[in-house]
Amino acid sequence: MASGNQTSSEYVNHHLLHLSNAGDMPVGLFAPSIMNFDTLFWSLAMGLLTIFLFWLAARKATSGVPGRFQCAIEMLVEMVEDQSKNIVHGDRTFVAPLALTVFVWVFFMNALDLLPVDLPHFVFAALGLGDLIHYHRIVPTADLNGTMGLALGVFALMMFYSVKIKGLLGFCKELVCAPFGAHPALWVFNLGLNIIEFVAKTFSIGMRLFGNMYAGELIFVLIALLGGSATILGFVGHVFAGTVWAIFHILIITLQAFIFMMLTLVYIGQAHESH
Amino acid sequence: MESVVGFVALAAGLIIGLGAAGACIGIGIMGSRFLEASARQPELMNTLQTKMFLLVGLIDAAFIIGTGIALWYTTANPFVS
Repeated sequence: MASGNQTSSEYVNHHLLHLSNAGDMPVGLFAPSIMNFDTLFWSLAMGLLTIFLFWLAARKATSGVPGRFQCAIEMLVEMVEDQSKNIVHGDRTFVAPLALTVFVWVFFMNALDLLPVDLPHFVFAALGLGDLIHYHRIVPTADLNGTMGLALGVFALMMFYSVKIKGLLGFCKELVCAPFGAHPALWVFNLGLNIIEFVAKTFSIGMRLFGNMYAGELIFVLIALLGGSATILGFVGHVFAGTVWAIFHILIITLQAFIFMMLTLVYIGQAHESH
Repeated sequence: MESVVGFVALAAGLIIGLGAAGACIGIGIMGSRFLEASARQPELMNTLQTKMFLLVGLIDAAFIIGTGIALWYTTANPFVS
C-alpha cells in the first residue's frame, strides 16, 4: 500500500475494503459465506473492554467517599437508570444494565473512528503483519454487518420481552388484533402493519448507526487525501479540516450511542405495553 | 459507461441534497419550538434539551442513511461492473 503512485480513488477504495475471506473481490449485498474478520475482532475487543471497565469499577466500589472513577461510573449508571425508569414500566433488573452495556459498547466501537486513518496500517507493518493484512477497517459499526447484528439483537429482545410479558397466545392475539380492531376481516391488515413495524424498527435502528459511522469514516479518508497531496496547502488543510471534523465527530459518536440506547429502551418498553 | 457514471453522480447529488433539505427544515422547525418553549418556561430547558438531541438523531436518520448510500455509490459504484 505504501507503493509509489496511488491515485486518490485507489486510496479511497483501499480504505473501504474489509479484512474478509473475500479478499478484494467485489461482494454483493447478501453474501452469507463472506465474514469480515476485522468487524468480528474489534467488536469483540470493545465488548471485552466494556466488561473490563465495569468489572474494575465494581471491584473497587466503596460506599464511603467515592473516587473520581467511581463517580464517573455512578453518573453514567444514574443517567441510564433515569432514562430507563421513564421508559420501561416493568421489571428493570435486566433492561437497565442492558441499556448501559449497549451505550458504552456502541460508544467504544464508534470511538475507534477517532484513530488516524492510516494508523492501523503502520502498526501492522511494525508488528510484521503487513503481508497478512492487506485491507482493514477498524470501526465495527461502520460495517453494515456490525450494526445490523446489533439491531437483530434488539429485535430478538423485543420478541423475547413481548412473549414473556404477554404470553405466546397474547402476543399472537395482539399481532392480529392491534391496531385496527379484533374483527376477523382486519386480521390480515393488522398482521401486515405489525410486520412492517417490526421490520422498520430493526432496519432503521441498524441503518441509522451505520449511515452515521460510514459517512464519518469516509469523510476522514477524504480529508486524509488532502494531506496526501504533499503540498503545504494540502497539509494545512488536512490538519485544520481533520481537527474540525474530529471534534464534531466526538459529538456524533456520543449522540449515536445515546440514540441507540434510547431506542433499545423505547422498543423494549413498547414490548411491555399491552393493548 | 460514461453515461452510467454520470447518472450515478447525479443520483448521489440528488440523494444528499434532497435529504439535507428535508432534514434541515425539520430540525429548524423543531429547534424553533424548543427555543420558544425554553423562553416560555426556562426551568424545562434541561429536560427538553435531552429530548431535543434524541429527536435530532431520529430526524437525521433518513438523511444520513441516504448520505451513506450516496457515498457508497460515489466510491464503490455497484452499477459499474
